[in-house]
Amino acid sequence: MDLAIRCGGLVKKYEEVTAVDGLDLSVRRGECFGLLGPNGAGKTTTVEVLEGLIEPTAGDVEVLGMRWENDERALRQRLGISLQETHLPDKLTVEEVLRLFRSFFAQGREVDEVLSLVGLGEKRRAWTEKLSGGQKQRLAVACALVSDPELLFLDEPTTGLDPQSRRQLWEVVLGFKSRGRTVLLTTHYMDEAQRLCDRVAVVDRGKVIALGTPAELIASLGGQQVIEVALDPAPGDGDLRSLPGVRRVSHAGGAFSLGVDKLHETLPALLSLAQGRGAAVTQLSTHHATLEDVFVNLTGRQLRE
Amino acid sequence: MRPNPLWELTLARLRMFFREPSAVFWTFGFPLALSVALGVAFRNKPPDPVAVGVWSGPDAFAAGRVLEVLRATPGVKVREYGGSSTRDLSTGKIALFVRPRERIEYDFDPTRPESRLARAVVDDALQRAAGRADALATTDQPVMAPGSRYIDFLIPGLIGMNIMSGSMWGIGYVVVEMRTRKLLKRLMATPMSRAQFLWSFVLMRAAFFFLELPLLLLFGWLAFGVGVQGSLPLLLGLSFLGALAFAGLGLLVASRAQNTQTVSGLINLVMLPMFIGSGVFFSTARFPDALQPFLRALPLTALNDSLRAVMIDGAGPRAVAVPSALLAAVTVAGFTLALRLFRWR
Repeated sequence: MDLAIRCGGLVKKYEEVTAVDGLDLSVRRGECFGLLGPNGAGKTTTVEVLEGLIEPTAGDVEVLGMRWENDERALRQRLGISLQETHLPDKLTVEEVLRLFRSFFAQGREVDEVLSLVGLGEKRRAWTEKLSGGQKQRLAVACALVSDPELLFLDEPTTGLDPQSRRQLWEVVLGFKSRGRTVLLTTHYMDEAQRLCDRVAVVDRGKVIALGTPAELIASLGGQQVIEVALDPAPGDGDLRSLPGVRRVSHAGGAFSLGVDKLHETLPALLSLAQGRGAAVTQLSTHHATLEDVFVNLTGRQLRE
Repeated sequence: MRPNPLWELTLARLRMFFREPSAVFWTFGFPLALSVALGVAFRNKPPDPVAVGVWSGPDAFAAGRVLEVLRATPGVKVREYGGSSTRDLSTGKIALFVRPRERIEYDFDPTRPESRLARAVVDDALQRAAGRADALATTDQPVMAPGSRYIDFLIPGLIGMNIMSGSMWGIGYVVVEMRTRKLLKRLMATPMSRAQFLWSFVLMRAAFFFLELPLLLLFGWLAFGVGVQGSLPLLLGLSFLGALAFAGLGLLVASRAQNTQTVSGLINLVMLPMFIGSGVFFSTARFPDALQPFLRALPLTALNDSLRAVMIDGAGPRAVAVPSALLAAVTVAGFTLALRLFRWR
């Protein structure tokens, strides 16, 4: 299979902390691959090792069939990178920043073309310090796109942005992918991963704990629907598991999370169980299963904590 | 079409500089303001009169005679005291206190040059008035050659100081700021050439000379008539060499610093001894002989000495060979060490 990124047994230790703890990854050419995990899971460290910005403690990394030790110059020409945080120079205009980044690459796209691609054409003469958060982020992505890269790295591209700015950036990423290019992005938003990614690796404590398409991961949960319920006094796990249609039971905070196939079968039975026990329902909500539930089910913790 | 990276990097540096009004002021306005202020404060004027106090308390008649003589003596400013003057003497309001009795007594601090001068002038005037004749015929010939004024000394020093602080702040501070803002890391994620990145700083500093140096020279010439006795290309060459030397030092202090506070401290630590010891505002000859070898080894001393040699004495390349060699050595050492230590991420 044609791989854009292959890494095996990746370890990065800092003095006290092990940020990445034996991580394996294969990203295919032409796919959008997401690293999903909470803050501190090791996503950024992993990405920066793949970008050749951090030396791994151990492990094997191959990007576009090349290695950082031997082919750094050639490799840099073919990548587009957007770091988690970069303050571009305040007092340069959008156009000047893009021209500067364009000048570093032997081949790439015209500055005007990239400006209209990310929707910053009207802001071309504005100083970067005058841009909104969403516009700054789009400029950062534009700096990564100006080389017309084969492989695009985006580290938390939409963190802290308003919904409209996020959607604009998603369009940019989907447009890039539609040209057959490869994207590796990190995020802690499950909706982002679900919307953009062909495949997702769920990362926790420096390891991949689940891998697959978003649909596969959700299907692996058991049950398309999730009921979150808290009863006082609390019933046993067994009581809940024996309710009709319940595929799994897990603990999420102080409540139970039930994976079910059909809400209309399980809910009445759940309520009559509570009534029969004389237990008060202190919390009850339902939603479609998401990648968040996958993470909660695997770790017992919320994604954004 | 691909823009040229070195050109774009240099252009970006220049744009960022000229869009920061405070940086422009500190580079161009401040040295001009300083030379105006100092030029006015130390302008050529007749020598200050010596201030002398006379005690009229115990012997009003003798005091009257003394006061009469001293008031007629040029270069002496007299004040009459009914009582004690110790306070005015110790605070320097008067340089000498005269107590006319049967003998004339002088109170003064012999370690203060103006007090010794006051004593000599006053004693001479009183002795002559009492009838002493000069045994030897003498004539005074005042000499005030161009190039010997304070402003002639000051302008080359200010040029040197400006070159130093421009390079140190313009490179040291800016590089560290780029590091804290992760911009350095972002640039390292592109195929940008590190050598071109560093060259852009050198080129920016070079571009400044064609603005900075003529501005100060022209100002010195128009406002104070400070001329350049030697060759202008040599002056320009020396300035550029000085800028390179301080660019190396600026890069060196910036090579590891992780925040702008640290680098500001380091820059001040490097520059302060040179502000004082390298003859910007006053001659290094004021320091004890034992310190002279150290002062001469400072790059700003080398730069200031050679700038003064060219501007005031009209020295040629031969005369400034030694300080030029020192500056070249500092440049090579600074860049080599800085590149070895430099933290790019």
